[in-house]
Amino acid sequence: MNIHEYQGKQIFARYGIPISQGIPAFTVDEAAKAAEKIIADTKSEIVVVKAQIHAGGRGKGGGVKVAKGAAAAKEQAQNILGMQLITPQTRPTGQKVNRLYIEQGQDIKRELYVALVVDRETRRVALMASTEGGMDIEEVAAHTPEKILTQFIDPLLGLAPFQARKVAYALKVGEGTPDPKATVNEFVKLVLALGELFIKEDCSLLEVNPLVITGAGRVVALDAKLNLDENAEARHPEWEALRDVDEEDPVELEAKKTGLSYVSLDGNIGCLVNGAGLAMSTMDIIKHYGGEPANFLDVGGGANKEQVTKAFKMILSSPKVKGIFVNIFGGIMKCDVIADGVVAATKELGLTVPLVVRLEGTNVEQGKEILKNSGLAIQTADDMGDGARKIVAAVKG
Amino acid sequence: MSVLVGKQTKVLFQGITGSAGSFHAGQCIAYGTNVVAGQTPNRGGQLFDGTAPAGPVQVPVFDTVDEAVKKTGANTSCIFVPPLGAADAILEAFDAGIELVVCITEGIPVMDMIKVRRALETSKSKLIGPNCPGIITPGECKIGIMPGHIHMAGKIGVVSKSGTLTYEAVGQLTKLGLGQSTCIGIGGDPVAGLDFIDVLELFNNDPGTEAVIMMGEIGGNAEILAAEWIKANMKKPVAGFIAGVTAPPGKRMGHAGAIISGGKGTAEEKIEALKSAGVKVAPTPADLGTTLQSLL
Repeated sequence: MNIHEYQGKQIFARYGIPISQGIPAFTVDEAAKAAEKIIADTKSEIVVVKAQIHAGGRGKGGGVKVAKGAAAAKEQAQNILGMQLITPQTRPTGQKVNRLYIEQGQDIKRELYVALVVDRETRRVALMASTEGGMDIEEVAAHTPEKILTQFIDPLLGLAPFQARKVAYALKVGEGTPDPKATVNEFVKLVLALGELFIKEDCSLLEVNPLVITGAGRVVALDAKLNLDENAEARHPEWEALRDVDEEDPVELEAKKTGLSYVSLDGNIGCLVNGAGLAMSTMDIIKHYGGEPANFLDVGGGANKEQVTKAFKMILSSPKVKGIFVNIFGGIMKCDVIADGVVAATKELGLTVPLVVRLEGTNVEQGKEILKNSGLAIQTADDMGDGARKIVAAVKG
Repeated sequence: MSVLVGKQTKVLFQGITGSAGSFHAGQCIAYGTNVVAGQTPNRGGQLFDGTAPAGPVQVPVFDTVDEAVKKTGANTSCIFVPPLGAADAILEAFDAGIELVVCITEGIPVMDMIKVRRALETSKSKLIGPNCPGIITPGECKIGIMPGHIHMAGKIGVVSKSGTLTYEAVGQLTKLGLGQSTCIGIGGDPVAGLDFIDVLELFNNDPGTEAVIMMGEIGGNAEILAAEWIKANMKKPVAGFIAGVTAPPGKRMGHAGAIISGGKGTAEEKIEALKSAGVKVAPTPADLGTTLQSLL
């Protein structure tokens, strides 16, 4: 689950991680008021107006602007709020900016990159740091990997102070600062807090790009990009308030509430499958035979008739869907339950597009009977290949 | 022959009194699995009723895994505990000396599994899963949620991240008369127990396994590491398939581990790696059985 920069910074604040003074704003007026307050509090005219979207590279797309004075900040807010922000990490058409974050300006002397991520190969949380902050870390990883330092966190010990110090000295954090010892200590404290936060808050990814050293030698997290582990949602009731429905596909959200896994794609052949691997393979085989999947949908093993009905309705009600392929290999999932759900949904909404159903596994004969007796125009398939070829042909035809 | 489980395996079901646990314990008993105990906290003393091929059985339920092991000699455990308590259930099984823990549960927080992996480093136990269908040696022992009736005893080792995609492969193999030695679902989570290399090694050393089929998917690099291992070590033919060539980047495709991150973990790079290692990659999921057959 992605959250906005300003929300990440609220979590940072709880762990005592130094951040710039900042205020979220959802309207131009709020932005102006926020700028006025920050200018008054900091006694500095420089503020930064930042678009809040669930994608990086906002600066590159013109979504982060420095402004001198409240009037200039208001003008920038006017430009950015409501804009379709296109960055290297958004879709080509960009993302609409509905929220802003107004932040105090900082006297940036140096930009560093610090991140925490789950490293699958070592099965550890990894701390990554680099002197190449503010830039494309994938580029750095590709061309100058020696510039990225990695420390692995032992889950029994947590991130150790000596590990944070290793990173501090390797990055030469104190170099050129008025009080190097103080700067190093601040950096170590900040990084240790990030390590604790990552584990306690059940993160999947945490990036601070850039982490800055100011002219005065202060260490400040200028950005906060957090991705939270959805598997941990049940033990974080506070996450519900962080969800931004504008950033999510409404069908995907609805599916999740129903206990289904759904991802929207660009094609026109709807898929309903049990099991993630089989669902991905179904998308793949449709493409192999020249079709384009409209979605990924895994009804899971424990789905009941209501969930199957809902899933089928989700697909049926999508205007881009010109054909549907139901591919089921029932283990726990019973073929008659699938058949009941498909028939119920179709009778309710009507079937105006070709439907191919392939059933196999538990209660397959009962499932096939139900489809046969439904009176609906359903093509059956003997295997996955047969089913994929049939639906692609039906949609093209 | 088989790897890890067979007729003699003594199985404990953790979470046996829950709806998923009780349903599947019943199914495994009916298949012929030697289920010797169940465990659910506060349900010790109850009896679980099942019907084995030889007739009705009553399985004793215990409060703790430790007691279950001491009283029944259970050496393998199947876990049906909900996500927030599942990691602790795994640790309890390690602590009690269970040799093989099979965790079916989907949705365990990654931080919890990182702790479990750490515990594995100093434990003699093995872990399969989580978020997996389990393990089956056809005709002898079924531990998990797979439909027993599609399997057939034989000499093909099957290893996969996906449950239903495994059934697809098994269904195709059985139709071709190619039975399976053991089928292992390693699950779709990013941090888990046995991975491809661990299982391939078992099959490589198993006299009863002649060939192997492996099914992977997008996310992480386990299949690429497996390809390198196969090239250096594998003595038997391997067929393979990678799901997700059509998966968009950055999206979690059902499985927590099935996500392309920062351009890494794509299906294409895994398919390339497998091919370079001499693995025959099935062009579509409908060709899993025939691809394996062509190697024999």
